[in-house]
Amino acid sequence: MSQLMIDAQQVCKNYGRLEVLKGIDLQVPKGTVTCLIGPSGSGKSTMLRCVNHLEKVNAGRLYVDGDLIGYRERDGVLYEISEKDAAKQRSDIGMVFQNFNLFPHRTVIENIIEAPIHVKKQPESKARARAMELLEQVGLAHKADAYPVQLSGGQQQRVAIARAVAMEPKLMLFDEPTSALDPELVGEVLRVMKQLADDGMTMLVVTHEMGFAHEVADQVVFMADGVVVEAGTPEQVLDNPKEQRTKDFLSSLL
Amino acid sequence: MSDLNQGPGASTAQPKPIEAKPLRHPGRWVAAAIIVALLAWFIISALNNEAYGWDTYRSYLFDTRIATAALHTIALTLLSMILGVVLGAILAVMRMSGNPVMQGVAWLYLWIFRGTPIYVQLVFWGLLGSLYQSINLGFAEIDLQSLLSNMFLLAVIGLGLNEAAYMAEIVRSGIQAVPEGQMEASKALGMNWSMTMRRTILPQAMRIIIPPTGNELISMLKTTSLVVAIPYSLELYGRSMDIAYSLFEPVPMLLVAASWYLVITSILMVGQYYLEKHFEKGSTRTLTARQLAALADAEGAIPGNVTVVPETSKEN
Repeated sequence: MSQLMIDAQQVCKNYGRLEVLKGIDLQVPKGTVTCLIGPSGSGKSTMLRCVNHLEKVNAGRLYVDGDLIGYRERDGVLYEISEKDAAKQRSDIGMVFQNFNLFPHRTVIENIIEAPIHVKKQPESKARARAMELLEQVGLAHKADAYPVQLSGGQQQRVAIARAVAMEPKLMLFDEPTSALDPELVGEVLRVMKQLADDGMTMLVVTHEMGFAHEVADQVVFMADGVVVEAGTPEQVLDNPKEQRTKDFLSSLL
Repeated sequence: MSDLNQGPGASTAQPKPIEAKPLRHPGRWVAAAIIVALLAWFIISALNNEAYGWDTYRSYLFDTRIATAALHTIALTLLSMILGVVLGAILAVMRMSGNPVMQGVAWLYLWIFRGTPIYVQLVFWGLLGSLYQSINLGFAEIDLQSLLSNMFLLAVIGLGLNEAAYMAEIVRSGIQAVPEGQMEASKALGMNWSMTMRRTILPQAMRIIIPPTGNELISMLKTTSLVVAIPYSLELYGRSMDIAYSLFEPVPMLLVAASWYLVITSILMVGQYYLEKHFEKGSTRTLTARQLAALADAEGAIPGNVTVVPETSKEN
């Protein structure tokens, strides 16, 4: 248990009659990178959003670092946790969105220090120093005083990653971080992500970048129609897929 | 082969700048001439019309009683607007919260205060003193007579509570215009709902809220003339009319009041312009001097993909 950062057991999610997740089992060991791949509508993003409780799980259990997400279980009865406790759980889980979602009314550095100061109650000087360090790492120290609208997509996404890392999360979730980028900007974002993985960050990445999955992932999970079709090392899933659905998906890519 | 040399890029000479004759608009000149002529005729005839009472207008325009009344009008406007904005923001947040009790209360408030005319509400506030003389808390009895006979206070409450209903809708539309992703990003960073509202959503909603709020402020300035219904008559319109009735000259005093309203409105419009500028932060690509310095410092020179917009063009 303690070796697993994410432990999802038979996670189900439905919107009314529409079943999006039909019993997902997913284990992510600490310090490893898992890539979720699959066709659109397969439920990968929904699964990711369940992990930090942006979506409520309807059935099954989802643990992050041993904590049940979104509920408290006592004597076999589930209690919804308060909004404050949910916020606390999320503050340990970083998330990077497809559309960056930087705060447009704050400069780059203000975006990064926002949560450390107001959620973690860090002193501003410390938060600023750490933010500059992170900006240095993602190669954007010179943009500290720019507003997000003045940055390219790739730069915005690198800031978004720095913003998430500034909270010192134990787990990072990436929801198609390069899908909204021009092709020539994808590389700079993937490099930052690879650097993060090399530093030992536990990561769950929804992606269409098979090259990245191949190079960086410890585990690749192929999802389709709300179920896990196949999971294993990149070599197993990407190079020698067993299931026909996986083969079809991979061959449809190129 | 010679055709290929005619293609773009073949010639090294710069093309001549276009020097076309501008399109003429004779219709505009004719219309302008007619309007100016009509306006001149109206002004001349008004100046020569005894009934306008220009002498009275001149002698009362800067009368201290009128100036004091204008101050009362401004105080009424600002205080009731502050009440309206604060209460309106609270109502909007109540309507958008997940709490059904809060939603219900906000809905009821809006239903009552938007569903009845402001004039009727003001008359009602004026009569409140006859409905409630005191509040009995069981252990103590609070006398309301002095409070409810303060007509200025009643005017502020009456105008402010009515305004809150309209401000609530303005704030709500502003909040709804902020993309959903902003709420999610804040949540993902561990911010709770009220912090997200305060630090992420409302500041961004301000850009959408400010222009209609400026209109509401200007509209409030004029609505204050209705507080004679309470009755409170120390503001601009009430005072002007009091003087007018004792002079038996309503027209010049109306013009005096109108002039003051116009001047105050114009000042408010200037303020609104600067407020809008302030909340445009982060919505334009124009760089501030500080950011330019940072860029130049980091890259040795201003990079090619950055367009520096000269200060003068910012006026638009």
